[in-house]
Formats: sequence, structure tokens, C-alpha cells
Amino acid sequence: MSGITVDPAVSCAPAQEISADLSGQMLELDEDDDLEVFSKDSTLSDGSLFNASMPTSPASMVNQLEEDVDTKDIFITVDNPESHVTAIETFITYRVLTKTTRSEFDSCEYEVRRRYQDFLWLKGKLEEAHPTLIVHPLPEKFVMKGMVERFNDDFIETRRKALHKFLNRIADHPILSCSEDFKIFLTAQAWELTSHKKQGPGFLSRMGDTVRAVANTVRGVKNRPEEFATIQEYVDTFAQKITSLDRVTQRILKEQKEYLEELKEYGPVYTLWSGSEEELVEPLKGMAGCIDRCCKETEEQVNHLAESLVPALHEYVLCAETLKAVLRRRDNIQAEYETKNETLANKKADREADSKDLGFILGSFLGKNPEEAKQQRQQRLDVEIEELKEEIEKLEDKMECANNALKVDWSRWQRSMREDVKTAFLHTAEKNVDYYEKCLAVWESFLLSQGSGLDAESSREQPQAPEEMAKEASLQAT
Amino acid sequence: MADCNSEEVAVIGNTDLTAAELENNKNNTMAEAGTTLLRRMEISVAEAEKRTGKNAVNMQETYTVYLIETRPVDAATEGQIPAPDSLWRRYSEFELLRNYLLVTYPFIVVPPLPEKRAEFVWHKLSADNMDPDFVERRRAGLENFLLRVASHSVLSNDKIFYQFLTEENGWKEMVFETGFQAKADSRLKAFNATFRVKNPDKRFTELKHYSDELQSVTSQLLRVRARVADRLYGVYKVHGNYGRVFSEWSAIEKDMGDGLQSAGHHMDAYAASVDDILEEEEHYADQLKEYLFYAEALRAVCRKHELMQYELEAAAQDLTSKKQQREELATGTVRTFSLKGMTSKLFGQETPEQRDAKLKVLEEQITEGEELLKEKNADCDEYVKNAWSDIERFKEQKDRDLKEALISYAIMQISVCKKGIQVWTNAKECFHKM
Repeated sequence: MSGITVDPAVSCAPAQEISADLSGQMLELDEDDDLEVFSKDSTLSDGSLFNASMPTSPASMVNQLEEDVDTKDIFITVDNPESHVTAIETFITYRVLTKTTRSEFDSCEYEVRRRYQDFLWLKGKLEEAHPTLIVHPLPEKFVMKGMVERFNDDFIETRRKALHKFLNRIADHPILSCSEDFKIFLTAQAWELTSHKKQGPGFLSRMGDTVRAVANTVRGVKNRPEEFATIQEYVDTFAQKITSLDRVTQRILKEQKEYLEELKEYGPVYTLWSGSEEELVEPLKGMAGCIDRCCKETEEQVNHLAESLVPALHEYVLCAETLKAVLRRRDNIQAEYETKNETLANKKADREADSKDLGFILGSFLGKNPEEAKQQRQQRLDVEIEELKEEIEKLEDKMECANNALKVDWSRWQRSMREDVKTAFLHTAEKNVDYYEKCLAVWESFLLSQGSGLDAESSREQPQAPEEMAKEASLQAT
Repeated sequence: MADCNSEEVAVIGNTDLTAAELENNKNNTMAEAGTTLLRRMEISVAEAEKRTGKNAVNMQETYTVYLIETRPVDAATEGQIPAPDSLWRRYSEFELLRNYLLVTYPFIVVPPLPEKRAEFVWHKLSADNMDPDFVERRRAGLENFLLRVASHSVLSNDKIFYQFLTEENGWKEMVFETGFQAKADSRLKAFNATFRVKNPDKRFTELKHYSDELQSVTSQLLRVRARVADRLYGVYKVHGNYGRVFSEWSAIEKDMGDGLQSAGHHMDAYAASVDDILEEEEHYADQLKEYLFYAEALRAVCRKHELMQYELEAAAQDLTSKKQQREELATGTVRTFSLKGMTSKLFGQETPEQRDAKLKVLEEQITEGEELLKEKNADCDEYVKNAWSDIERFKEQKDRDLKEALISYAIMQISVCKKGIQVWTNAKECFHKM
């Protein structure tokens, strides 16, 4: 989007909420290009453009498209996992395909291959540059328990989808998507990326940062502003709840799978029975058929849970950890500022003390000329105090920036969390309704085939017990 | 009409009544029975109660008794329905009644009792005989048993059965007085017969084979169904956790809170709905169980036939060998090896007087044997006719009942699906509001 400086406060809002001026500007300049890119994509893409990160229910898809047409000028897909075997290791690379009209990109289409490590590097760089922005989590580094082979197909597919979502979330982020590292990640050839990775602060300086960060954590922040305290409380509870939901959903998946296994054994027994009967052959075979069809529907439901809901919730478990880290980093920045302030206060106190002649006595013991020593000390302190004041000003700026960035990104995150969770559960509810509707149709057609004369209405009545039927029958047979 | 004439009604030897009746009722279903007790009398097992008392070895025991209520069909006079007559019976008395019927009417496929102990349980279902759900299902099963007997064209006219329903005291003694226990065939005899029958009736062999298959497949079906029920229970119940967590989460959310909370309620409702679902399915399981046990009754009829056939063949064999002996004795030729023959060869022939005496005895025996054989043949034919008639009736009943059971199972599944659609549609609404 050439010519527009991206102002975090404004562009964080989704398209509908963008102020009239800005949206007008955006449409004038880029509408045609966007539409063109979009329509070009819809013929070229294999549909993976509109998966994981985009809802698939028609209504929400329309909304998303409207948003995209207005503002989206970069489309990224992650697909085509391939295995690479070297002497040292085996790893998977994924194809990252980028299509964009942004002017900071030299070309409008890029295709590169990246491995998980590269994604990790990108995340690290983004967090380093924007410590209080909320970067969407990466899929987990290590295999989850219960899986034997590191590279089984399901695992790779789940990871691929998550990586796709990761990049698209960054692309959607008004600040993060402008990151130079992001651009290089999308466009550089393998060797270029490697050499770029080697630049930047070395290992030791990074260690130094970490040590400082830990020291600050230990010290703790003294006056955490209330709004961040509120956010912290929320995050702690959210983390608990989302972890519970993740666990519950995985348990449901497990139970559902076991149910399916037993159900698969059920139908064949009816078929077996039909072999010894005469009159009952049709109904028994019918039963077997119904149960088998219900099995297929159950299998689809299981797949949906595994491929959609479980990953969606698990993502937010990881998000919760990200949020905690972001809050920690914000606290650290504030702690750094507070520490420097304390140092300044101490130095100022020293300066005060100096103007009383206490140092003179010490200085005379050391054999220095008291006046000279005093002057030297005062000068030194003044310089130090000035330096500190400068540093503190910078830190104050840094802290204000960090706090503002977090505030805005926080409401952005909350909105997208709500969307994601709502979409995920909505889909699952829809899928479940679909499942029951299909099974309903199966059993209703069985009833019809038995010509029982019972229609859907009477299915609300209780089934009759033999004794009731006997009573009725014997009373009727007059 | 055929109302409890005498004990002769019950005994197999009395052909007049049964043959005529069966001829009339050949195509009768339960519904069309002409003179069955059920047409004249309402019968129900209304209640169950726990009792404690001393048992045979003078130890304290707890048992359940069931209230049997009866009332004549046309009892209503002047618009008032009188209270039913009633008495209490325990399970062991039902068993006694059934054993009596089994022995007295071996050609009838006697309706089975509900199971003595809970089998094919899935985990939540109790295997305890004192469990109220088990007792309730047993009550229903006992009622079903009585209704089946009371609507059977032959069994319903049995005096002992009538007394079971109406005579609280002294019924047991009456049963034992019939001496039915003496008539019971020993298991060993029946087992023996199975292997030694030379000319088994093909139809009965097929029927026996069928009853084995029926037993095997219904027990397999019951086992798998129980496991499926167990798993289904797990799936539904875990959703209850959604309810809890949604509710807790909604406390910290502003915009999402309401939607989450109400979605949570629906998840709770979903989890709770499985209890009713599985209780209804238990009824289907009971219907299958009835036919699992019917298979046993079917096999009993086949076994009795085998036994009769075996005894018939044995009698025929005996007659043949006696006739042979007579021939040998008369003509002096020895065709069959016998110790007597050998000794007489070694030690000299018998005297003509001795031979004549022997011949006379043989003649008598042969005459008796021929009478016996004729009788046994007639009995066998009679048995086959009666049995086959009841088997036809049973087949029709089974086909009808099982088809109804399958249809009602489908209806149950439809109801489950409809409930599911409702819950998840409601949940969807709530998620929309989030």
C-alpha cells in the first residue's frame, strides 16, 4: 500500500471499522489491483488459499472476502511438504508461495522452500523487534505424546496448516507484516536467508539481553498499571480454561473413535443373522446397512474434530503462552525503566550529599586536594546524571510505545480470538447437526422400506412393548 | 368352553382336545386365539416388593416378590370397575410353573422367563439383582411371560397355570401333586438320544440347527450392543465438561460471556440426555433376550422329538430282534450268534417242550411289542403334528415380534437423532451470539 504510513492505532482495526478517510484512500488507490490479484488467485490457487485461516461457512466467507478485497494485498500459502535427507539429518521443507502487490516487494510472486527452523527464526526476530506485540504461535516443536514417528502424514498436515495460519496472521498484522525479516523470509533464496540470519546481534549479546531480562524478572515490576494487571488476570484464567477445553475436546475425540470402533462390529452381526432367517432377511440386512452408513457419518465427524476443532483450540493454548510472554516482556521494559529511575535517584542523592562536606573529609584522608576532588566528583556525577536522564527518557519512550502497542494489539487479539473460537465451535455444531440429520435420513428410509406405515410424526410416540401389543391385540380381536 | 376340565387336558396322551383345538387354531396368532385365557381375563404384574425371610436352610435372605393382578374382562358392572384380585409370587415360583409347563407340554415352544441374573451389562448398568432398574425390567419380563402363556391356545387352558394366577396358598403343593417331576426326561437320556438316533427327522434337525444359530447370533448381538452403548455413554458424558468449562470461561469474557454460558447449558442437556436414550435401548435388548431364551425352548422341543424317535427306534429294534429269535427257534436255524445257541450246540439241543415254552413267551412278547410299537408310532406322529403346529405359530410370532423390535429400534434412533439436531442447533445459535 504505497504512500500510506501504517499507523498502528488506526490500522489495527478491521476493515469495517477503519475511519472513513482512510478507507476511501485505500479503495481509490488499490481497489482494482486488489480485485485483480484476488481473481487471479482464485483461478490459480488450489483452494488452499482459503483454508485453515479462513472460515468455510458461506456467510463468514463472504465477510472475509469483503474484508480482503478492501485491504488484503498479500496472499501466502504454505503447502507441498517434502522430505530432505542429508548425511546429518532428515527434515521437512514446505513451499511458501507469496503473491503480493505491495511496493516494498520487487516482484509480485515468490516461491521459496522453508523448514520449521526458519519459521522459528522469523518468530524470534519479530518478537525481538516488537516485544509487546502478540505474534501468532507456531505449532509445537516436538511431537505430541502418543505419536511414534516424527514425520507421519497427519502430523505433517497439522503442522503445515498451522504454519500457513502463522504466516497469514503476520501478513494481516499492520505492523508485523512490514517487518524486513518477514519480507526476507518470504522472498530470499535459501543461501540468502542463511547469510541474513548470521547478521544481527551475536550470541553473546543475545545472552546479555537474556540475563538482563531474567534479572529484571527477578526484581519484578513495582507499579504495574491497572489495565495491565487486569489483562494479566484475564490471561491467567484464559490459559486455564482454554487448556481445559483443549483436554476435553481431545477426550471427546478419543471417546468418539472408540465408539466408532465398536459400531463397526455391530452392523455385521445383523448381516450374519440374516443368513439364518427367511422372513426377516430384508429388515436385518436393512439394519446392517443403516448401521454401516451411520459408521461412515461417525467417521466424518471424527475427522472433523481431529482436523478442525482440536487444532483450533490447541492453537489458543499456545496463544495463552504467547500472551504470558508478552506481558512478561512488557513488565521487563517497565522494570528496566524503574531500575534506571532508582539509579538516577541514588545518583541525585549522592550529589546532594556532596554539597555537604562529608566527602571533603574522605578526600583529605586520601591526600587529595579537597576542593579539587570535590569539584571533580561533582562534575562526574553531573555527567552521569545527565546521561541517566537521557537514557531514562529513551526508556520512557520505549515503555510508552510498548504499552500502547500492547494495548492496541490486545484488543485486536481479543477480537480475532473471539472470531476464531466462535468459528471453530460454530463449525463443530454445524457438523454435528449435519451428522444427526444424515443419520436421521438413514433410519427414516429404513422405516419407509419396511413399509411399516409409520411416518416421521409417529416416531415421537413410545415404541410398544410386546405385552402392550398383546393386550391391545387380544382386546381388538373380537 | 375348554375351561380347566381336568388334569387330562394337560397330559400328552389326551389327543382329542389338543388335536381338535390345534386343528382349529393352526393359523391362530396370539391376536386371534379363540379361547385363550387372555380374552377372558386381564392379567398384569403390577408391582415388585422386597421381602426378607428364612430360606430352606433357615438362613435370613432378601428376595423380591411380584404382585400379580387379575380381573375378568367383563367385570365392569354399572359403570364401576371392581378392584382386581391379586397375589404375590416370587421368581422361583415362576420358574416352577415354567418347568411344569415344559414337562407337561413338551411339544410346545414354552415362552421363556426373563433372565435370572443380569447379563450383557454395559458399565453403568447394574448387575445387581436388587437394583431397582433390574427389578423393574424383570417385572415387565414376568408380565410378558404371563401374557404369552395366557394367550397361547394350549397353555392358557392349563389348570395349574390358572391356579398360579388365582390361588395364593397351596399352589406349590398342587404342582408337585401332578407328579410332573417324575415325567421329566433325564438329561442323560436326552443327550444319549441325540447321538444314537438313526433316522432323525430332517425338519427337526434343521430346526435344531436354526435354534443354535439364533442363540449364537442373538448373544453376539447383545454383547456388541452393550459395548456400543457403553461407548456412546462415554461420548455424551464427556460433553458435560464443556458445560462446566464454558460456564467458568464466560465469567471472564464480556462479549462472549452470554453465548458461552448458554451454549454450556445445552452441552449439559446433551450429556444428560444419554441416560434416557440408553434406558430405552435396554428395552430393545430385553426383546432380543427373550428370543435368545426362546431358542433354548425351541431346542427343547427338538430334543424331546429326538428322544421319542430314539425310543421308537429302540422299540422297533427290540421287536425285530424278538421276531428273529422266534424264527430261529421255530426253524431251528441259528443265524445269530447267541450264548444259548452255542451252549445248546455244545451240550445238546433243548427239549421240544422247552422250545415250545420259549416260543410261547416270545409270541406274547412280540404281541406286546407290536402294540407298544404301534402306540409309540402314534405318539410320535402325534407329537410331530402338535409340535410342528406350534412351531409354525412360533415362527410367525417370532418374525412379527422381531420385525416390530427392529422397527422400534429405528424409531428410537430417529428420536435420538432429532434430539441431537435440536441440541446442536441450539448450541449453534448460542455460538452465533458470541
